[in-house]
Amino acid sequence: MIEPTTLYTLTGALLILIGFAAIMLKRNLIKMMLGFVMVEAGVHLLIICFGFIPGRTAPIINTPDLLTDPALMSAVPQQFVDPVVQAIVLTAIVIAVGVTALMLAYVVRLYGVHKTLDVGRYVSLKW
Amino acid sequence: MIFVDVLVCAAMIATAIAAVFQRSLISAVIMVGFISLMVSYLFVRMDAPDVAMTEAAIAAGLTTVIFLIAIRRTEDTESGDKE
Amino acid sequence: MRQILTPIVLLLLGAVLWQAVPFTAPADISEIGRRFVEFGVADNRAANIVTSVIVNYRGLDTLGEVSVLFLSVTGAIFVLRRREGLILATPTPSSELVATGARLLFGPILLFGAYIFAHGHLTPGGGFQGGAIVASSVLLLLLADRDRAMAHNALGWIESMSGFLYVVVGMVGIAIAGSFLSNKGILPLGLWNDLFSAGLIPVIYVLVGLKVGSELATLIDAMMHSGEKEGTQA
Repeated sequence: MIEPTTLYTLTGALLILIGFAAIMLKRNLIKMMLGFVMVEAGVHLLIICFGFIPGRTAPIINTPDLLTDPALMSAVPQQFVDPVVQAIVLTAIVIAVGVTALMLAYVVRLYGVHKTLDVGRYVSLKW
Repeated sequence: MIFVDVLVCAAMIATAIAAVFQRSLISAVIMVGFISLMVSYLFVRMDAPDVAMTEAAIAAGLTTVIFLIAIRRTEDTESGDKE
Repeated sequence: MRQILTPIVLLLLGAVLWQAVPFTAPADISEIGRRFVEFGVADNRAANIVTSVIVNYRGLDTLGEVSVLFLSVTGAIFVLRRREGLILATPTPSSELVATGARLLFGPILLFGAYIFAHGHLTPGGGFQGGAIVASSVLLLLLADRDRAMAHNALGWIESMSGFLYVVVGMVGIAIAGSFLSNKGILPLGLWNDLFSAGLIPVIYVLVGLKVGSELATLIDAMMHSGEKEGTQA
């Protein structure tokens, strides 16, 4: 049977490839932005996969004895998945929504000027 | 559980391909929202509950809403795309 | 041209991913992650290690992150500010049932968002998730009643005061413990798994939640309304 990490990583990589294909092949601006969102989702999935180890638990401590018992404390890192990649992806998701909103504002503005979402018909920069 | 994961991943890839070839932009946006929601499920499976909450609230929720508002201010059907 | 180039680029990207990404689980977590887990409880007494990393160890990055969000919202408002050429259908006013239901739900959703960001150091959740929930309550009001005027001044005040207080808290860390956003000896760490514990972490996360919530609410309002012609607002 397939390993969980392999499955998730494969899905993330395929999402990145499909998103790139959408960005490069489509001419509709909103379709290109949807490809961008798919690439974002795939990249977040890949980065979380780097810290995932099957059989361990989420990095939330639930035993109060840890503070008083140093022997228990030294065994703790062996129970948890990596918290650093989770913090990084949390940051990345929030920034992604800001970037997406800014790009969509430009899309709305471009539509107001050109009355079309088709990049092939934005001829003002072509000679 | 791994069977459910394989099904979810296959559904995500199929939805992603369908979203690229969908003519109606609103349908495509909802499909991408579904992909984000399933990514959030995979985050729960990978023991990252914080990231799963953020992905569900921000990427699957707010991003979809912002896309829908932008489509409402522009147009729904995919124009062009012919050489 | 594009049809030839696209498969080549995709093949190259696929090859890079195939080479660069390990498709099996790592043997152990990274060294820095191990140290965060090991000292996180002693340093911050927060049950949620991810919160401890975001708010304390990488607190300066979080300040930069909310600044990036602020900049992108400002940019979106700036881009959409012109009043020309936007075609908006005249909205039909929503029914009494929808409007009353939205007003009824607004309070509980707001409270739920506040709950999420006040408990960020104990359970999964925190400022960003709670801020998004707060913004979604504002979105509900705007969807039910499109002409509702947002209190832009109040939102701006909440946003800028929480950002300012974030920096002030960091400065207090410099004055008392010698490093920006330090958590040592400023507030008592308290008992483990108490709401008022973990020193400055809940304070900072509430500030982050208020800032993110007001920013996202402003963003939704700007995407919906800014740049509209006066006549179309029913």
